[in-house]
Amino acid sequence: MSVVAVEDLTMRYRGHTALDGVSLALEPDTIHGMLGRNGAGKTTLMRILTGQEFETSGRVEVFGQPPRENPAVLNRVCFIRESQKYPTNFKVREALAAAAIACRNWDRAYADRLVKDFELPRDRPIKKLSRGQLSAVGIVIGLAARAPLTLFDEPYLGLDAVARQIFYDRLLEDFSERPRTIVLSTHLIDEVADLVEHVVLIDHGEVLMDQDADELRGRAVSVSGPAEAVAAYADGVPVLHRSELGGRARVALAERPGRPAEGVSVDSLSLQELIVLTTNQGDPK
Amino acid sequence: MDEGRPLFQQIAEQIESSILDGTLAADTQVPSTNELAAFHRINPATAAKGVSQLVTDGILYKKRGIGMFVASDARRRVLDRRRDAFARDFVEPLLAEARRLGLSAADVRDLIEKWGEGR
Repeated sequence: MSVVAVEDLTMRYRGHTALDGVSLALEPDTIHGMLGRNGAGKTTLMRILTGQEFETSGRVEVFGQPPRENPAVLNRVCFIRESQKYPTNFKVREALAAAAIACRNWDRAYADRLVKDFELPRDRPIKKLSRGQLSAVGIVIGLAARAPLTLFDEPYLGLDAVARQIFYDRLLEDFSERPRTIVLSTHLIDEVADLVEHVVLIDHGEVLMDQDADELRGRAVSVSGPAEAVAAYADGVPVLHRSELGGRARVALAERPGRPAEGVSVDSLSLQELIVLTTNQGDPK
Repeated sequence: MDEGRPLFQQIAEQIESSILDGTLAADTQVPSTNELAAFHRINPATAAKGVSQLVTDGILYKKRGIGMFVASDARRRVLDRRRDAFARDFVEPLLAEARRLGLSAADVRDLIEKWGEGR
C-alpha cells in the first residue's frame, strides 16, 4: 500500500492556486526526490501531507488516513523544513532532547554520532549557530527520528559540499539498514540523482513527472548533426528543445528514438538537464 | 557513474567485468546490495535491481541467508554476451565513422591489421 495517496488535490490561497489537481502515490521504503522550481508548490504539498495546512479540495491520505489533526498519522511523520524554527533560547542539545521526546523512534546514540559527524557545538544556543549548522541540526533530527515517513524540504541551506556529502552518505547508509519512506525536496538535482529511486517533478502546482529515476536515466537524449538528418532521426518523438545554427541542428528529445542514428550524434541528457528542459517546456511562452 | 544509462545496468556490468577479469571467481560471494550502494553512492534499490538482473541471467545465484555468489559458468556466459554485443557496440560505430570519412570496409580491415602488427 502507498504511504502517501493524493488525488485531485487543490490548494488555493486568496487569488493564488498553489496546487492544482495533484494526484500522486508514494510507495513505502523508497527515497523520493521532490523536484521543481521555487514556488512550484513542493512546500505546500509537504505541509498538507504533514497536517500543517488543510487542502481546499481533493483527497489526501498518509498511511491510509487523512493527516489533518490525526495523531495516528502525525506520530509517524517527521518534517524538516528549510527554515526550521526552534524555541529561541534552546541550545543544540536541548533542541535534540525535545526532538527525542517528540519522536518515538528516536535513536540517541545515532543522534550523538551525527552531531559529531557534523561537528555541531552541543552547548551553543541555536540562535548563535551559522546557517549551515542550523541546517545540520535539522538533518540530525530528521535522520535520528527514524520516522516511517520523513520529509526533508531543502534541508541543506548554508551547508558546504563536504557536509552535504556527509548527509547523503549517512542517509543512504541508514536507509539501507532501516528502509523507510523519505521525501527529499531539492534544487541540487545532480547531487541527488543517484540517491533517489523515484522522481516527482512539480511545476506551477501541477505534477509534470512522476517516475522511476533510473528509468529516466538515458531516456532523454540530445541529438546533433546536419539539420535534415536530425529532423529525420527525431521524427515522431516529443521534442523538448531545438536550436539551429548554419545548417546544423541540436534537439533535446524526451525519448531515444528506436531507429539507428544515421549521420547524427546522440548524447544522453542528465536527469538535471531533463528536468530543466521539461520545466521550461511547461512554462507558458 | 555514467549519466546516460540506467544505474542498475551499470552495476550489473561492473560485476560482469569483475567476473570477466577474474576478480570475482566462480562460487565466490559478491558484495551485498548495501555495500554496492554505499560504495557507488547510489540508492540500494537500484543496486539490488542490478544484482537481481544477474540472478535472472544465471550469472549469480543466491544462497539463502548468506548472499549472492558467482555461478560456475558465469564467466563463459558473460564472455558470450560481451562477444555478441561487440559488433553492435564497436564495429557498427567504427564502420559508420569510416563511411563518413570515405573509407571502405577493406580500408578499415587494412587499418586493423596495421594496428594489430604494431602491438
